[in-house]
Amino acid sequence: MRRYAVLVIILLVGSHLPASLFAQEPTDSAAVLELVTVPPPAYFEVYDTPSDHGGNITLEWGLSPDDGDGRNNVTGYQILRGEGPTGYFEMVGEVLKGTTQFVDNTADEGTQYHYRIAAVARTGLSERIMAGPVVSRQQWFDRTRANLLVIAVLLVIAISYYIYKGAIGSDLYIRKIAGLEAVDEAVGRATEMGRSILFVPGIQDMDNVQTVAGIAILSNIAKRTATYETELDVPVSRSLTMSVGRETVKQAYLEAGRPDLYNDDIVHYITDEQFGYVAAVDGIMVRQKPAACFYLGAFFAESLILAETGSSIGAIQVAGTAMPTQLPFFVAACDYTLIGEELFAASAYLSKDKKMMGSLKGQDAGKAIAMIFIVVGVGVATLAAITGNDGLTAASEWLRRLFSLNF
Amino acid sequence: MEGQAILTTPLANTIGVWIGAFLTLMIFSFLYRDNPFYKFAEHLFVGISAAYWMTVAFWTTLIPNLFARLWPSHMGGVLPSAVGNEREWQYVIPLVLGLILLTRLVSRIAWFSRWAMAFVIGFAAGTNFTRYLQSDFVSQIQSTMVPLYEPGAGVGAAIGGIFSQLVIVGGVICAIIYFYFSKEHKGGFGKAARVGIWVLMAAFGASFGYTVMARISLLTGRMSYLIQWVSGANW
Repeated sequence: MRRYAVLVIILLVGSHLPASLFAQEPTDSAAVLELVTVPPPAYFEVYDTPSDHGGNITLEWGLSPDDGDGRNNVTGYQILRGEGPTGYFEMVGEVLKGTTQFVDNTADEGTQYHYRIAAVARTGLSERIMAGPVVSRQQWFDRTRANLLVIAVLLVIAISYYIYKGAIGSDLYIRKIAGLEAVDEAVGRATEMGRSILFVPGIQDMDNVQTVAGIAILSNIAKRTATYETELDVPVSRSLTMSVGRETVKQAYLEAGRPDLYNDDIVHYITDEQFGYVAAVDGIMVRQKPAACFYLGAFFAESLILAETGSSIGAIQVAGTAMPTQLPFFVAACDYTLIGEELFAASAYLSKDKKMMGSLKGQDAGKAIAMIFIVVGVGVATLAAITGNDGLTAASEWLRRLFSLNF
Repeated sequence: MEGQAILTTPLANTIGVWIGAFLTLMIFSFLYRDNPFYKFAEHLFVGISAAYWMTVAFWTTLIPNLFARLWPSHMGGVLPSAVGNEREWQYVIPLVLGLILLTRLVSRIAWFSRWAMAFVIGFAAGTNFTRYLQSDFVSQIQSTMVPLYEPGAGVGAAIGGIFSQLVIVGGVICAIIYFYFSKEHKGGFGKAARVGIWVLMAAFGASFGYTVMARISLLTGRMSYLIQWVSGANW
């Protein structure tokens, strides 16, 4: 009787123990059957994700025979990670059936990991198979961008070559750019009328190349205003642009031999707020009535407001930006507009500095290379499409890959 | 906390709506001509926004990106999440550059600030070089490498496809020719450049119409605000 009582107690206590205690060694015969019958992935391999900044490990596996085939009862895969081949493994991901790759982006750089994967069926898991060890490392060079390096080097060589030619005094021809010819006209007009010149270098900071280009043109305009003793007004919306603008204008006045005309108030800060800045510049325009307005830099919604106000006061207006959405407004409302690349060419064009012109010629070489590749690429792609020739198709694909961001 | 409670009262909302409506009308008065009301709104806007952005820059840039990285243990009162973090010594570099920029305030050593400016401009040029190389150069070339003819389409679709691809390829080539500065725009080269500027103008026309529509919707929104104010719906 006592033996039966002890047996009942053992059974009762056992039935209330957590199931996880038996997880490693299941005793349920049905579960054992499932473990045997759900086939695991065909293979499993792990490796450090190449060309990354570290912290990523790529896992690849072959589909379980029952994934999309066979009994077709696999619903996904369960991925576990541990820091040794034995011991605790934590789950780092679950993916749906048909998937053969997973990137663990939660790995710590330099830590050695082992991974386990199991196919998940409706009634249980397959045997877990393990791969590793693997360590995530940061790569210094992104091999998928090797093509960009080659293109960049070619461009740098072309630019350096023309800068060298310019430096040794070779004659470098740059065609006439109408918008820039108007700069002298605008400064001359303001001088004759005895009115000021307004220069707006956009609303972006000095980390924007359009602002840098605008400030470079400001240098040329400031030299002219210093020479002709014309008043210059440069309201800016960024503190750093103000500092750089002041240094630029100061240097220009110095080079023009009129440092006495310079004062810090020529370049003055208004506000970082886009429309607050526009409201203030509009106010300056209608009150001071400058004879010429220059808008050269990066602009957004304020472009038309500025240009319309400038037009209403009868100022000659020269604009330039590389913002495609704002160019139409400047084209519609200004006398001259520097479109995109012309803005960046302006500084070299106005200064006639041989080195800067050499840089411009080098960029033209880049454009010529681009045109050649476009024509060749289109020709090969068209021939490949018409003939279906494998060699041409492969050549066309290679050309497209050469100009992709994942070579 | 009391301030927050006050701002949520109906009275505060009503006052806010009235101020907003009056300031909107003051700004719109510029359409007639410059006047004292516009000047008042303009100066108010400039003053408040300049102070606002300075405060925002201090609390969202200087505190979390500089002070919290260099002195995390002292951030208990302002950025508790930073307390316990390790000090990141590399942030001494931007601190030094920032201090160098402030040398402008002392005329005797103001020239020193050019170093910090040169760093910012050099950084902008370097990082933008690869960015523009990818987005404006490489991607543009790849997107234009399209076959002029795709077999398998019907006659109409094939003709339409060829025309479409010719416009893309021809338009890109001609636009690049327009921006080619080393050769005078004469003869066939000049004609191609002329086509290039037509292509640009056609694109600008489409962009103009699209953007004007977006601006009209902004105007509609503001007008709706004023109409609600007149009718008392939003106060």
